[in-house]
Amino acid sequence: MTAIASPVRTGSLRRTGADWMGLAFHGVLLLSLLVSLLILLTLIVDVVGRGAPVLAERGLDFLTSPTSSRPAQAGVAQGIFGTLMMAALVALLAFPIGILTAIYLEEYASDSRLTRLINVNIRNLAGVPSVVYGLLGLAIFVIALRDVTGGRSMIAGGITLAILVLPIVIITSAEAIRSVPRSLREAGYGVGASRWEVTRLLVLPSAAPGILTGTVLSLSRALGETAPLILAGAVLGGFSTGSKDIVEQIFGRYTVLPVTIFDWARRPQADFRELTAAAIVVLLVVTLLANAIAIYLRNRYEGAR
Amino acid sequence: MTINAAHPEPPLSWKLQGRSNRRRRERLVHAVLLAAALVSVLVSALIVVSLLGGAVDFLSRIDPSQLLADGWYPRRDEFGLLTLFAGSLLVTGMATLVAVPIGLLAAIYLAEYANRRARRIVKPVLEILAGIPSVVLGFFALTWLSPHVVQRLNPSASDFNLMAAGLGVGVLTIPLIASVSEDAMRAVPASIREASYGLGARRITTSLAVVIPAATSGIVAAVILGVSRAVGETMVVAVAAGGSGGARFTLDPYDQGQTITAAMASLAAGTDQVAGGNAAYQSLFFLGLLLFAVTFVLNQVGDVFVRRTRQQY
Repeated sequence: MTAIASPVRTGSLRRTGADWMGLAFHGVLLLSLLVSLLILLTLIVDVVGRGAPVLAERGLDFLTSPTSSRPAQAGVAQGIFGTLMMAALVALLAFPIGILTAIYLEEYASDSRLTRLINVNIRNLAGVPSVVYGLLGLAIFVIALRDVTGGRSMIAGGITLAILVLPIVIITSAEAIRSVPRSLREAGYGVGASRWEVTRLLVLPSAAPGILTGTVLSLSRALGETAPLILAGAVLGGFSTGSKDIVEQIFGRYTVLPVTIFDWARRPQADFRELTAAAIVVLLVVTLLANAIAIYLRNRYEGAR
Repeated sequence: MTINAAHPEPPLSWKLQGRSNRRRRERLVHAVLLAAALVSVLVSALIVVSLLGGAVDFLSRIDPSQLLADGWYPRRDEFGLLTLFAGSLLVTGMATLVAVPIGLLAAIYLAEYANRRARRIVKPVLEILAGIPSVVLGFFALTWLSPHVVQRLNPSASDFNLMAAGLGVGVLTIPLIASVSEDAMRAVPASIREASYGLGARRITTSLAVVIPAATSGIVAAVILGVSRAVGETMVVAVAAGGSGGARFTLDPYDQGQTITAAMASLAAGTDQVAGGNAAYQSLFFLGLLLFAVTFVLNQVGDVFVRRTRQQY
């Protein structure tokens, strides 16, 4: 090699001329982001443009009417009620079990074969397509346990959705718990606290914002799910709720906003196109609101760390 | 130092054990937590049992030749699996063509180019995209992508078509591919980049010739997980690809069709009776098992690649 002998030719390290390749590449990168942004904007503008007239004309009537095969009367009241009830059931079932599992895996479990099995199993569950959870709901909660759940009932759908988001709740909560500094735990043990006291008084309060973000995100995912509930018994088309009280409704027929949207989207009449768009606007407000809350919480949390 | 063979018991050890009611509470907490953790194992077992049970019932009920029928019409006892495989392949292929380039470029931007402020704007856009319910994307694919993109490419395309569904699934897959490959690129240590800059390489050279090769396993993982997601996506196809009630075998993306997942949705949307003991109903579980197996294998392979990136550095 003649490296040492070779004369240093460049007078300065400054590059001469513009870096066209670099600029072009930067442009391509920005373009790819612009495409994503444009798709998102087109989707929202298109749907709102189609749905707004219905919402403006029908107003509250659209939100408070039951589904109907006549477009002029159809509304999303049952869908909204079902979706809110699903949110409540998921929060009630998946959040406690998920957070307790995360605590077990992060704070209590020793590195045993059982622990590894649980961990691998949760990762696998997180990758199972949502429609497969619908089959689980259909086989177990709608059919095998129909004497308990009432068959195609709200509670069967709620349990199905809760199981669907359980892995997400566990994984995000475990991450939040893992990010709590070790020193905090050691300080707790140092003053004689037991493991549960350290977990309850030190680890959980410190991990709470992260856990909250994860659970809200998983909730918004649950509210947008359609396929599992079509399988697990949500009603496509009209049904009458009558004057049942809430317990009877939990064990009775139900639908949710995304299923109403699917039902209307496949109808051929043009009027239903607009109704579908209006229902989508309602659904997007619900799920994007949940997402926005989660993103806001996370940004605040990350800023604080 | 000398070692005392007969080391005396530490005299105060009983005090460090704590009171017995506290210890009992600890044991109780431990048991409750373990029980919660075992729920997820139970869920997996139930999934496998219910899928296998239904699938075996289905296979023992039909004649194998029915699986080779020319189309998928479960109500007429024609279970042409190839029809659904072709549909899934077309939709997944289309989705990958859309999502891999856009997702990868977005990841390069986020990992290598964006400053804090740009990240704060770009990340939420991808996250909102990831949060759009799939049935909404299906509606968008049917009412916007189909007339404004697909039918512009081919005016004779059917209103419902596999291409629109594939594009829609692709849009849904972008955020996943972007986030997994961004993580992979971020895991590449700064020292490698600095070495590249130190040699006088430009940012484009560093990104393309240094960071991407170093992050290859993670990027492969992103693509595999993206494919798995696309294979399992149901509602976009169920809304936008048509074929409710059944579909003929087709390899034409401008035609109507069904995928494994959409066939399940349309079958379930059509059945109103619960305990349908017929073959059409049981075929749901057979399809579910196929789908479960395919995504399971893909996820395992993807996981191996994800772990490889983590071990590298």
